[in-house]
Amino acid sequence: MKRSAETLCLGVESTADDFGVGIATFNGKILANASSGYIPEEGGIHPREAARHHAEMADKVLSEAFAEAGVKPRDLGLIAFSQGPGLGPCLRTGATVARALAAYLDVPLVGVNHSIAHIEIGKLETGAVDPVTLYVSGGNTIVAAYDSGRYRVFGETLDIALGNCLDVFAREAGLKHKKGMPLGAALEQLAADGKRLISLPYVVKGMDISLSGLLTAATTLLQKGECRLADLCYSLQEHAFSMVTEVTERALAHTEKNEVLLTGGVAANRRLQSMLNSIAEEHDAKFNVVPREFATDNGAMIAWTGVLAYTHGLVTPVEKSFVKLRWRLEKVDVPWVK
Amino acid sequence: MGEVAQGKLLKKGAEASLYLADWHGRKVVIKARLPKKYRPAELDAKIRSYRTAHEPQLMHEAKKAGVPTPMIFLVDMKYASITMEFVEGKQVKQVLGSASEKEKQELCVRIGELIGKMHQHGVIHGDLTTSNMILSAEGKIFLVDFGLGEKNTELEARGVDLHLMKRALQSTHYQFAEACFEHVIRGYCAVVGAEDAKNVLEKIKEIERRGRYVAERKQA
Repeated sequence: MKRSAETLCLGVESTADDFGVGIATFNGKILANASSGYIPEEGGIHPREAARHHAEMADKVLSEAFAEAGVKPRDLGLIAFSQGPGLGPCLRTGATVARALAAYLDVPLVGVNHSIAHIEIGKLETGAVDPVTLYVSGGNTIVAAYDSGRYRVFGETLDIALGNCLDVFAREAGLKHKKGMPLGAALEQLAADGKRLISLPYVVKGMDISLSGLLTAATTLLQKGECRLADLCYSLQEHAFSMVTEVTERALAHTEKNEVLLTGGVAANRRLQSMLNSIAEEHDAKFNVVPREFATDNGAMIAWTGVLAYTHGLVTPVEKSFVKLRWRLEKVDVPWVK
Repeated sequence: MGEVAQGKLLKKGAEASLYLADWHGRKVVIKARLPKKYRPAELDAKIRSYRTAHEPQLMHEAKKAGVPTPMIFLVDMKYASITMEFVEGKQVKQVLGSASEKEKQELCVRIGELIGKMHQHGVIHGDLTTSNMILSAEGKIFLVDFGLGEKNTELEARGVDLHLMKRALQSTHYQFAEACFEHVIRGYCAVVGAEDAKNVLEKIKEIERRGRYVAERKQA
């Protein structure tokens, strides 16, 4: 297939609880971004159940994406998929869908690193060129910036991810994950009503942070029942967000870059946005936040990163398209970043 | 900012601003932890005063262990500022890149020895990066920036400290991070002994396995 600016790439995202399909043109227009989220009846994500959801919903989400973009499968010139990191059964389901599509349509396949896709969609949508990125979601808490061919990890969590910390606490507090209202959003609403700052552990180690002690302390106080829930939500957010903001500021001062990008599911939180905006201003940097529809896991970011990779000579032959559960972002060459 | 504004701004870091000033005829650095607008005032005050009070104590302890640190002249809790000796020299970060293979090796071994001495004495630095090490004009390596440090002798704390050193090398000196860290460990080992160093190395592996998406986990 001859490729032009209008060639289409379809991206499949399935690292965790969301199954997403996005369609992007080679010149960076997002034509579709469909998804279906798996909502556990109770507790966190059960990988096998989530994978079952993805398999059941795949054809529906694909059809939605084609309808949204107003294109047909035959119009596609490239298939991209989230190759890792993530939950094995979920990744495998998405990879299977992607391989099948690529083989059936006889178009190239390209595996994309999920974390890098979060950065790239943020850059595409905000116009950021070379930012210090804070990527915060249910599975990741990373401060990264580009240097010599790769994104380098400057800081990260030593244990659990920020979104995970907030979600577990929210579930302990009896909040429910509803469609269109993730647990983090419910927690944010409650926190807005917080008045008293309760002292909790604040753990910054170099450029890294640790959140598990904070979660345990907040959960213990919750179980004792002596604090207002709103105050606890507020205090948890203030402590956790201050920690990630502190390490992001350190990376910003260290790299002397002049842009900050906030991306990933937790990027939708307004309080976190305001904190990062504050450090950006402090260092005369421009603050960018990924738009809400591209904050959580989505297929559009995979499609777009697939375009970037493919147009810089990268393809993933089927025999090398096995999923990589622990594929760290600093292991990936990003020849498209200058 | 009262007294702090007296000096010339040397560096605006993330955590503190450094000012070069004259203090009774001495060239000094004033490290001021300025308030951070992004966090609640109570939390901000707590963090700044805690770190300002602890940093000089740890620097003093490190010195007792034989690790060069700048001399402290004044701690001002009101402004969360520390007045200390200005060390003439260069950050190891600036030196390492252009150093020869042999110089790199020598520097890293010495850094490892210093960390070893400090750990033996129960001091955890908390932010071991090559920008927090100054190679002075007379060739000594000074450690600075103990704000995230603590007094701790546990294997866990020592492991995290060295893990952070490794991570800092990887993000800033990725071209030769691995070799450098090996030399650091050699120096460390020479001070604390092979048995103890082995335990710390095991601990570092365990800490790395706890992280997100690390390949080593597979074998666990």
